[in-house]
Amino acid sequence: MVLMLLQIFLIALMLIAAIFTVVYKDLMNSVIVSGFISLVASLLFYFLQAPDVALTEAAIGTGLTTYIFVLTIRKTERMEK
Amino acid sequence: MKKIIATLILLVFTFYVYNTIKGFKFGHDFIGAKTQNKTISKKIEPAGKHYLENNKLENNSANVITSIVVSYRGFDTLGEVTVLFLAATGLGVILTIVRKEDDDEESSEREPSLIVKTAARILFPLIFLFGVYVFIHGHLTPGGGFQGGTIIATAYLMMFLSYSNFKINHTIFKSIESLSGLTFITIGLVGLLGFGMFLKLDLIPMGVFNSLFSAGLIPVVYIIVGFKVGSELTAVVDSYRENW
Repeated sequence: MVLMLLQIFLIALMLIAAIFTVVYKDLMNSVIVSGFISLVASLLFYFLQAPDVALTEAAIGTGLTTYIFVLTIRKTERMEK
Repeated sequence: MKKIIATLILLVFTFYVYNTIKGFKFGHDFIGAKTQNKTISKKIEPAGKHYLENNKLENNSANVITSIVVSYRGFDTLGEVTVLFLAATGLGVILTIVRKEDDDEESSEREPSLIVKTAARILFPLIFLFGVYVFIHGHLTPGGGFQGGTIIATAYLMMFLSYSNFKINHTIFKSIESLSGLTFITIGLVGLLGFGMFLKLDLIPMGVFNSLFSAGLIPVVYIIVGFKVGSELTAVVDSYRENW
């Protein structure tokens, strides 16, 4: 029961973060929040008994993808028009 | 206005996804349950059942997922590795063409603080070691070559973030990547030409079940894949950082 409540909380957290990704004017914030979505997703994968998917999601989704997006934003425009 | 529309679309999408999956318990294997009720699958044994029952006999690997990825679907893994290799090569080619000329932007960068630098220096070997652990124990614990490789790439990523003048030797990384890819294909082809199956696992002794030296060639292949993925992703991130 506690686990299920925790899972519902995490899914709700992901949903709120996804909305914030769209809403933010500053693209740097959007990228950080989408990295956070990946982090929560990796937690959920762990609860779904897929620890190897969780490891990949944490390393690629949170680490490498965020870094590549941050570099791209630094070379282009930071604010959304 | 655009934001409101985007949020609305997201909400509608969520509503439909929720309606589709609300009948199923979270984490419940509903696809398997559905197919098992049909008459066809009563005659045909599901592949998953075969994997679970015969894995110990055929592969001697404690982690069934690993033996599916490396042994039963070893040829698919070769395809996956090839996709990653092609993506990295294409990115390298494109980024070399559009190489940046001016370097005046570097001066505006803020240097990371001493705390970040020291912590990164201490954490780097630990994260690297964890990545190596994950791909060496791929046949015993969750994880494997891809996971370990990405963890190693994250360790390098942390060094790139902390030290703006941290450089890696591209020649060495490219050589490791190419050599490990070549070794993987060679091991596969030895099985194919000599024994009639791609990636024959019992070319070396199968060992004792659930020990480090078990499961035949699975740990060897996963160590190779780990080296390959780690060096590849590190080179991708570094060429992205340097050339663009």
